[in-house]
Amino acid sequence: MERVPILKIGDILLVSIQVDMSDQTAIQLQEDLAERIVATSCHGVIIDITALDIVDSFVGRMLSTIASISKVLDAETVVVGMRPAVAITLVELGLSLNGIRTALNVERGMELIAASRADEPDEGADDEDTETTATA
Amino acid sequence: MALSAEQGGRLAHLLSQHADRLTNRWTEIVASSLRGRLSRAELARQVQELHRALVDAGRQGVSDLADEHGGELRAVLSELSTNRARQGFSATETAISVFACKDALLELMEEEKGDDTLRDFVAFSALVDQMGLFTFETFVRARESLIADQAEQLLELSTPVVKLWEGVVAVPLVGTLDSARAQVVMERLLQTLVDTGSPYAIIDITGVPAVDTQVAQHILKTVVAARLMGADCIISGIRPQIAQTIVALGIEFGDIATKASLADALRHVLRLTGVETTARRPRRES
Repeated sequence: MERVPILKIGDILLVSIQVDMSDQTAIQLQEDLAERIVATSCHGVIIDITALDIVDSFVGRMLSTIASISKVLDAETVVVGMRPAVAITLVELGLSLNGIRTALNVERGMELIAASRADEPDEGADDEDTETTATA
Repeated sequence: MALSAEQGGRLAHLLSQHADRLTNRWTEIVASSLRGRLSRAELARQVQELHRALVDAGRQGVSDLADEHGGELRAVLSELSTNRARQGFSATETAISVFACKDALLELMEEEKGDDTLRDFVAFSALVDQMGLFTFETFVRARESLIADQAEQLLELSTPVVKLWEGVVAVPLVGTLDSARAQVVMERLLQTLVDTGSPYAIIDITGVPAVDTQVAQHILKTVVAARLMGADCIISGIRPQIAQTIVALGIEFGDIATKASLADALRHVLRLTGVETTARRPRRES
């Protein structure tokens, strides 16, 4: 069975899906990701689906589930790199992937996560920093 | 009642014997129906060509326009009606060009009455009817291909995606949005978002004459697709009339930002991205 690698970059976990998702792969990914979030105490998950030609209802549901799991573990999920054809198909199918944040590419995704972390004032280390910039 | 070989021969003889008189009369009838929109010489040439093809067909014993001997006649007819269609003549005007042959021939036949005149004429008339139908069909086909060509051209000249600012692209929509065009717009916009990595897109509908539920549906789909890809869409250029229609139809744009003008939309995006625009104080002459 194929496994999807999970990379840690700073405070973010990066998942780049390069293989066709089967039920087994998806479940394995969910488990792996939950464990890694707890182990590394990361606050952001980026799922890169640039390589996916087809996103069906199954993969859509998987993305939603991962987002929900991460949410529970206090990590923000961003899906990046969706292709135009995939987006059009999803819209035609009526799947709007509710509750999932999206970005055009990994870079934007990281910016998005950084921005949303900065908005939360109760985050230990950069607490004072954010407040001073907010008032300035 | 089909034209027999014998009748065909007789008709061909009759047609060729009085060729000049027949074509003149024929041209006259057609010319009066076209009201001078085609030159007399051009018309005479077409009629003569048709006449010649008809004589040939009669000699070869054409009983049905669809059989092998009718090939040349069909070619002449289709050329005639294709030309007429492209020149913008109506279907009736085109058909009269063929049917006028009947009138011209009837006058001829009345003069030299024979035993079989009526029978011959009825058979001949059936052939001309077939020719008329064939002309009509070709006419419609020519028109259809003309329309298809134009639709394709329209699709090509539609929808450029322009870059307004770093990270901001705009689509100025002009003309009615049907499904095919909406599809093209959607694909092109989404592709541009990927290519340029722009997180903001402005859809400007100033040039869209009317917004009904279907058009709104297309725009909404585009916005949702862009959102799925991680880009935000703003709809701008909503004219007062269209705003009223949208409300009257009960179309919900939800949390999609809508602005009255493209300038407002750009200002909105710039504020979101944190770009500040300030008017520089004009330098004073000292």
